[in-house]
Parts: sequence; structure tokens; C-alpha cells
Amino acid sequence: MPAVIECCDLRKSYDGGVEAVCGLNLKIEAGECFGLLGPNGAGKTTTIEILEGLLEPSSGDVTILGHSWNKHRRELREKIGISLQETRLSEKLTVRETLRLFASFYCEPRHPDDVLEALELNEKADALVGTLSGGQKQRLAVATALVASPRVLFLDEPTTGLDPQSRRQLWETIREFQRAGGTVLLTTHYMDEAERLCHRLAIIDHGQVIAQGTPGALIADLGGHHVVEFALADRSGNEPALWRALPGVDSVRSDDGKTSLAVREPHKTIPALLDVVEKRSAQLEHLTTRQASLEDVFVRLTGRHLRED
Amino acid sequence: MTVAQPSSPASKKRPLARSALRNGRWAGFRHLLGARLLELAREREVIFWVFGFPPLLALGLGFAFRNKPADRTTIALVSTPYTSHVLSLIDQARERSAIRTERVDRARAADGLRLGKYDLVVEPLADDRVQYNYDPSRPESVLSHSEVDDALQTAAGRKPVLETSVHLSSEPGSRYIDFLIPGLIGMNLMNSGMWGIGFALVDMRQRKLLKRFVATPMRRGDFLMALASSRLILMVIEVGLLLGFGVFIFHMRVLGSFASILLIGAVGAVAFGGLGLLAASRAQKIESVSGLINVVMMPMWIFSGVFFSYERFPALIQPFIKLLPLTALNDALRATILEGSALAGQSGRLLVMFLWGGIAFALALRWFRWT
Ligand SMILES: Nc1ncnc2c1ncn2[C@@H]1O[C@H](COP(=O)(O)OP(=O)(O)OP(=O)(O)O)[C@@H](O)[C@H]1O
Ligand SMILES: [Mg+2]
Repeated sequence: MPAVIECCDLRKSYDGGVEAVCGLNLKIEAGECFGLLGPNGAGKTTTIEILEGLLEPSSGDVTILGHSWNKHRRELREKIGISLQETRLSEKLTVRETLRLFASFYCEPRHPDDVLEALELNEKADALVGTLSGGQKQRLAVATALVASPRVLFLDEPTTGLDPQSRRQLWETIREFQRAGGTVLLTTHYMDEAERLCHRLAIIDHGQVIAQGTPGALIADLGGHHVVEFALADRSGNEPALWRALPGVDSVRSDDGKTSLAVREPHKTIPALLDVVEKRSAQLEHLTTRQASLEDVFVRLTGRHLRED
Repeated sequence: MTVAQPSSPASKKRPLARSALRNGRWAGFRHLLGARLLELAREREVIFWVFGFPPLLALGLGFAFRNKPADRTTIALVSTPYTSHVLSLIDQARERSAIRTERVDRARAADGLRLGKYDLVVEPLADDRVQYNYDPSRPESVLSHSEVDDALQTAAGRKPVLETSVHLSSEPGSRYIDFLIPGLIGMNLMNSGMWGIGFALVDMRQRKLLKRFVATPMRRGDFLMALASSRLILMVIEVGLLLGFGVFIFHMRVLGSFASILLIGAVGAVAFGGLGLLAASRAQKIESVSGLINVVMMPMWIFSGVFFSYERFPALIQPFIKLLPLTALNDALRATILEGSALAGQSGRLLVMFLWGGIAFALALRWFRWT
């Protein structure tokens, strides 16, 4: 099956000489939900806007549904739905008027009222956009993408600023779209979102893909599925080599006095760890274990946290 | 383009509660125009500045210039021992109703003259000698001087050497308000054209709404046409409102046909719409387009004869003034409304406006940025 979204050696440098995207390759299949994950300024928006045909790449090829933007712009526009990272829709139109306006641009759109229902905006259908809350505006932005009745959905940070409930609800809408055969490309800062929503994802930093795969595979690549985190009361006795030698430890990271061990079998590692602590008559200040997350993958790959919050 | 998959996924899933939509060629244009008009109708400030303010301005200026008879002058008579004699001379004069006299001391008279309260200071120095004091650069002072001098001389016994007669005219058509209304129409079309197009576009660009629109199959031409159409609709209302105001409140006589007035208005709206589009073609920020629009409009506010005739400017720059689009619009409107001149006679002025609009439009399309 041909890829729905494909790009090859994509590069983009802005006027100021900023290399926002440097050599990006992506291949997204039909029916997939693909996530671009990365910190601020990683080049997510630049990438997605090039794929959407809104930005000209400095070099590289883009094909969407087997066509290029240059030759089949109009046809492609009919088949994709877009929500930009930041759009302020007209404040003096109501929610329904806004959706009708967007629907009118497409040959065969979805009925605006259906989309209102899907995003639970019907209560606000006759409210002016200017009176909506931030989260409601965000949902309306996604609604303007869905009203296109698209085959491919591009969402740039669709859930930023939403409360947990609205986020979950939006995830459900996206899943529903994609269960019906639609393809989704979204960007996000949120690990849990990427883990739960995306089949595959690419972690982007400095305009390059630094890791790509299913969330499970990325976490497995980390070496362990669990993370043991601890801190010693006396910070001086912290020697990575010592911890590395413990049974079942795949990697060690120290960060702000805390040590994180990526481990395969915590039930073997933890007793050994406690033994070492006891022998050195050191004292534990803190000890937790958790499932490894994408955050750990990211920190491991870049040495930085994805979101500093 | 051949697409294998039969129907879009989103509509497959849900049992369709409502029948699927099919849009025709003009659906986008219709909705864009409708949305634009709704937005305008819901902007109270816009309604006031476009529709409320110009009639108010006409009302204010119209009454200001109507209630003060142009030929009435106020003079200060400095108190001296000879003042009563001069006063009695003025009282005998035929023009006495046109001269308002205030008896004040010399200092007050000088102050009043400086502040524009008095047009002229008259200081009696003897029973047969008076001294006039005024600023020759103030036209009303010059007028007052000749009028008062005339009155005093005649009352003191001077005989006219030439027989003259006077015919006074204040017919509708030659009053200030008649001059003003077409000027206000022109100015209003310029303001709302430049702001309504230029400002609206940059605002949409700044809000990323233009980018959002071009991310849909929306036809860009339809978008611009909808914007232009909304301007033309507003133009009809603006022109009708101000003209109606002149006719009903000030009993203005409109000699030209409404159709030709609207046609001229439409050409004017096109010219200023084009300039607005050009001003908005690149600007990313509201502030920069505001500055640009003001720079473009400023010379026309001054030179194009909105409130006063541009005939007062030096002859040397008159040809340039006549090449400004607002001058052409104002002149064409005045000729049609006040003199009922035929549209054919306005072709030069229409051409001037058309060229401004056309060239601006062509450049704007080359430079315009949607993102
Ligand atoms: N119009 C522009 N002109 C110059 N540089 C730009 C422009 N847009 C983005 N950049 C730069 O390109 C880089 C990538 O920006 P981009 O918006 O793609 O990041 P992002 O991953 O979407 O970030 P965020 O998570 O904050 O949205 C940044 O360094 C940014 O400063
Ligand atoms: Mg971004």
C-alpha cells in the first residue's frame, strides 16, 4: 500500500538562516495515527506546514495521497483537514456560522451540525466565537478540520490548553476518525497523548528525527521497561559505575541528585540496590519505581526533558 | 487525479443523521460575503464610524456654518471720550444690523482681537478721526474693516460716486453644506475603503486566518471578490445615507441621477479598495498597515478638497492635486450632484480613479502574502 504522507530529505531554512528542518524522512500509511513529538522549537510546526502545502520547503519532496502539492493542489485541499497551531477565528461569527463557512469551501463536506455534535459543541452552536473559552475555541479549530470530511487530518498541537476531560474527548474523536479509515498526523508535547493515541511516532529535535517507531518499541529500545528512581541523603557517594553493575540494569542517568536506572527486572534490581546502600551505610532519601515512558526515551536521547513543568 | 478509496472515512462511520452536503461553485463566495456582512453588522464601532459619524459631522459643520450669517462681524470699540459719537454713526448706518459692537477698554480689545473674538478693533481718536486695528492675514478682519469703514464714512456724510445694486443669493446648491456633503461622501468612501480592506486583511493575516483559509480549497479570487462586494454594498448605504441626510435635513438639491452617483461611488470604492489591498499586501502587523494607510490618506485629507476648495492652493501644484484619486472622486461627485453634469463629462476623473485602483490592484496581486 502506498504511503498517504511521504517526505524525503525535507529541509527548510528561514530567512534569518535558522535551519528549522534538516533532512527529515517520514512515511505514514493509510489509517495510521502518527505523532510528531518534540520540544519547543524542534521544527514540528515547520514540518507539518510543509506537509500541508502551506510552506515551501527549501529542498526535498513531499507526496500526499500519491500526489505532489505543485500539481494537484486543489484536489489535495479537498481531501485534507487542517488545524493550525494558532488561529484566531472571527470573533463576531457564531460557532455554527463559522463551521458553515468552512464547510462551504468543500465540494462534499460533512454536515456542520454533525461535526458540532461530534465535538460536543452543540450547546455553544449559537454563541459568538469571541465568547468561547480557550478549550472550546480549540475544539472549534478541530471541528473546522473535520467538517472537510477529510481523508487525512493534520493537527498541530490539538490538545494544548485543554482540560483533561476535553483532551480525552478529543482523543476519542480522533480515534473515531481514524477507526473509520482516516489518517492522522499530529504534533504534541504530551508524552501520554503520544503513547495513547499514536500508532507510531517520530521524536524530533533540532529539525531531525532522532527516533521513530511505535511507542512500545521506542520504550523497549531504551533497554528496560521499568525505571527505578532513587536519591541518597549523602549526594557525594553517587557513582554511576556502581549502579550500572547491579543486576538487570541497562542504563543509568543522574539528574539533579536523583539517579534513574532503566531496568528489565525490578524485583532483582531493587534488593541488590538496597544491599549496596546498606553496605555503604548510606541512607535512601527517596525510592520509586515506575513504567518507563516516552519522557525517559526523550531524556535518554537528548539529555533534556521534553517539557520543563 | 484518480483516487481509489470510494468515500471519505468520516462520513462512513456515523450513520448520517443529515443528508450529505454538496456545494456548488459559488457556495464559498456566498458564505464569505454573508460572513463578512454579519461580522460588520455586529461591530458596533464600525457601524458608528462608517454610518454614524459622517452624518454627525455634516450636521455639526452644516449648522455651524448656517447659524452664523457669514456677513455679520463683531468689532471692539475702544472706550475713549469720542466713543459715543462713533457709536451713533454706526447706529445711523444702513449696515448696522451686520455689525455687532462691544464697548471695551483697550487691553480687552487687544486680547479679544488676538483670540479671534473680535474681527476688528476701532479706536476713536477724535470726533473725526478713528484708528483701525486688525490682522490683514485674516480674511474676516479685512472684510470687517472695509464694511465698518464704509458704514462710518457713509454715516459721516460721504456720497456714493457710483450707482450700484446688489442681488443676494442663498439658493440650495451654492451653500457650504452643498459643497460639504459630496466631500464627506468622498472622504467616507476613502476611509472605509482603505480601512475596510487594508485593515481587515492584515488583521486576518495576523490572526493566521488567511493561512487557515488557504489551507482549504477556498478560491482566493472568491475571497477577494467577497471582500470587494461587501465594500460595494456598504458603499451604496454610505452614499445613500449621506445624500438622504443632505436632502432631508438641509434641503439639498440633487441634480444628477442616483445611478450615476452610485457608479462614481463604485469606481471610487474600487480605487480605494485597490489601494487598501496594496497597503495590506505585505504588512504582518496591524500597526504597520495603520501607519501606511495614514501616510497614503494624509495628503488627500489636506489637498483633495473635502472641507474646503483646493483652489486655494498654489496653481503650480493644482495639476498634481487633480491626479489624486480623492480629488477626482470629490470633483466628480460635486459635478454630478450639484451641477447634474453628465457621466460622459466625468470620464477623465473616472479614468484617474480607475488607474489608481487598477495599478494598485495589479501590484497588490503580485505582492500579496496569504501567510
Ligand atoms: N517564520 C519564521 N522565521 C524564522 N524562523 C522561524 C520561523 N518560524 C519558525 N522559526 C524557527 O524555526 C524553528 C522551528 O520552529 P517551529 O515552529 O517549527 O517549532 P515547533 O516544534 O513547532 O515548536 P513549538 O512546540 O513551540 O510549537 C524555531 O527555532 C523557530 O524559531
Ligand atoms: Mg509548533
